[in-house]
Amino acid sequence: MTTTAGQKSSAGATASIEERAREVPIVTRGLRKDYEMGAETVRALRGVDVEIEENEYVAVMGPSGSGKSTLMNLIGCLDTPTSGEYWLDGQAVQDLEEDELAEIRNREIGFVFQTFNLLPRASALHNVELPLVYAGVDREERRERAAEALEQVELGDRMDHAPNQLSGGQRQRVAIARALVNRPAILLADEPTGNLDSKTAAEIMSVFDDLHASGQTIIMVTHEHPIAAHAARIITLRDGNIESDDATVAADPVAEMVDS
Amino acid sequence: MRGRGFVFEVVRVALDAIRSNKLRSVLTMLGIVIGIAAVITMVALGQGAQQAVQQQIASLGTDVLTVRPGSGWFRRGGGDRARLTMEDVEIVRRGATAVEGISPEMDQSFQVEYGRANGNFRVVGTSANYTDVNNREVDIGRFFDMQENQGRRRVAVLGSAVPEALGVAPLELVGREISIRNISFTVAGVMEEQGSSAGPFSSDEQIFVPVRTAQYRLMGTDEIESFNATVASASSMDMATMQIEEALRRAHRLRPGESNTFWIQNRADILGTFQQTSQTFTYLLAGIAAVSLLVGGIGIMNIMLVSVSERTREIGLRKALGARRRDILVQFLVEALVLCLAGGALGIGLGAGASRAFAEFAGWNTLVSPEAVTLAVAFSAAVGIFFGLWPARRASLLDPIEALRYE
Ligand SMILES: Nc1ncnc2c1ncn2[C@@H]1O[C@H](COP(=O)(O)OP(=O)(O)OP(=O)(O)O)[C@@H](O)[C@H]1O
Ligand SMILES: [Mg+2]
Repeated sequence: MTTTAGQKSSAGATASIEERAREVPIVTRGLRKDYEMGAETVRALRGVDVEIEENEYVAVMGPSGSGKSTLMNLIGCLDTPTSGEYWLDGQAVQDLEEDELAEIRNREIGFVFQTFNLLPRASALHNVELPLVYAGVDREERRERAAEALEQVELGDRMDHAPNQLSGGQRQRVAIARALVNRPAILLADEPTGNLDSKTAAEIMSVFDDLHASGQTIIMVTHEHPIAAHAARIITLRDGNIESDDATVAADPVAEMVDS
Repeated sequence: MRGRGFVFEVVRVALDAIRSNKLRSVLTMLGIVIGIAAVITMVALGQGAQQAVQQQIASLGTDVLTVRPGSGWFRRGGGDRARLTMEDVEIVRRGATAVEGISPEMDQSFQVEYGRANGNFRVVGTSANYTDVNNREVDIGRFFDMQENQGRRRVAVLGSAVPEALGVAPLELVGREISIRNISFTVAGVMEEQGSSAGPFSSDEQIFVPVRTAQYRLMGTDEIESFNATVASASSMDMATMQIEEALRRAHRLRPGESNTFWIQNRADILGTFQQTSQTFTYLLAGIAAVSLLVGGIGIMNIMLVSVSERTREIGLRKALGARRRDILVQFLVEALVLCLAGGALGIGLGAGASRAFAEFAGWNTLVSPEAVTLAVAFSAAVGIFFGLWPARRASLLDPIEALRYE
């Protein structure tokens, strides 16, 4: 497995983490996450080292319960690790206060969930406005930018619709518009197509491809190889450890065969 | 802070949440509505009573001292010397220089007749300066004068309610003869109404005659019930009190150490006591009403806790999108505040209505003062903040990822 991505992370392991963090936007070292379940401890992540460059397009794969969501939540600053380090844009995330984490979630991270997580009673436009509310943006500018983001995902004509008046694919596109509206450095998507049929999934993936082409850093969890094939790099987790970390060759049928 | 855009969003979310559970919100609000309405009504009743007492003070004048025999309302005591007579009045007139006017009253009930009409009335023998000393006016005709008193003339001045009690128009009575204890009196005038604002001091049903006429023709005694003395200014009140006491003690031959056979009453003092009592009463009523407000507040807290747990996922989502603890806290506080203020506004309306109803149908004096309304608004806001704070804090402390996972 001597790929470019693999080399990068092994090269990084020798340098001090602060130095690496100055060059690479996302750096983790020995990231662990334990869940206490009564007497027993579930070890969801057992020491993960990852580095992700700007404008990378990464798919995270692995069997159910292998720790994919846990890793995404840590990278997205929604959760804090039991031990280990996580540096984002040169900042040690484990040293930050609640409010500083909130600010990072607001400005640096755009999250897309499997279950969309839209406010059911709010219009598409209002849903997309939410991150801007917490960024302290004025009402007029908020509307303008939210409308712009919705047009970007081709929902300019559905702005006043409530989520239950939209199809699954449209809902996920609203969620993507919401994730992008504050121009985050990283787009995180945890099984974004998990609740969609394959045709709708393909539409969502083409939105992601366009975003990546325009320079967006994307990290995406998926169970499906055709979906993962859109990414340039696949990290595979097993039992809380990284099992493999490879560049994809989307057009190469052999790579697909090996993976499956 | 986050600026106007944020405030707008917070209020919008609060209104949305309240609207999405209309029935629940209304029922919750009802607690506050009733609490505030009760406070407003009770304070209105209490303040109305206080206002009535204040009007009494104003209508009676506070620069008046009343001197009565005995040592208190129900304590005569002091034996034979515990009597006040016209002689005492003369002694005070001469001895108390700080006293300006002095007006005795002796009274007794008599049968009064006019034509076929008759009734029992309190007849008061007093001096010609009664109107000045007691701050009263004559409505029709005139009061009797000093000559008429000296000459023991049979003239009478009627309280404003007397003609009606006899079933005769006031204008018709003036200049006519009425008989008091079968003695014929000429009606000189009718007094202006004193009204209920004078409370226990109202004299609308009395008939006034010259004190010497009363002494020699009606009652056959020089013993008086009381006399009122006015002083030049409120500041000479203490001086006048001292002088009256000194003069009367000497007249009654009281030795040092012996207690007074009369008591000097200061009207401002009595009314002050009345007022204090009614104020205490107001506080008591408001306190009881505030308990219902407290119950309403607990209802708010309960419903806010329900709202927080129902919207756990929403809170998680908002945090994932960058809401800080304080943002969530403010959001739920505003929701509680909106509930309480809306309830408070309705409660003020209801309370004002109830106060008016009390005034209208029960004839009680009520007063919805701006202070009471301000207090009610402040109180409902305080209830909102106090009872909203804990649920809001719980919401703000939720862990984003756990909240998002909440089912
Ligand atoms: N809040 C939690 N409390 C206890 N255990 C948890 C919690 N969250 C996750 N786990 C456990 O941690 C492990 C990793 O969970 P995670 O959600 O990261 O898996 P995943 O790879 O995303 O799986 P899937 O593909 O099914 O979504 C699992 O064994 C899971 O049971
Ligand atoms: Mg998962």
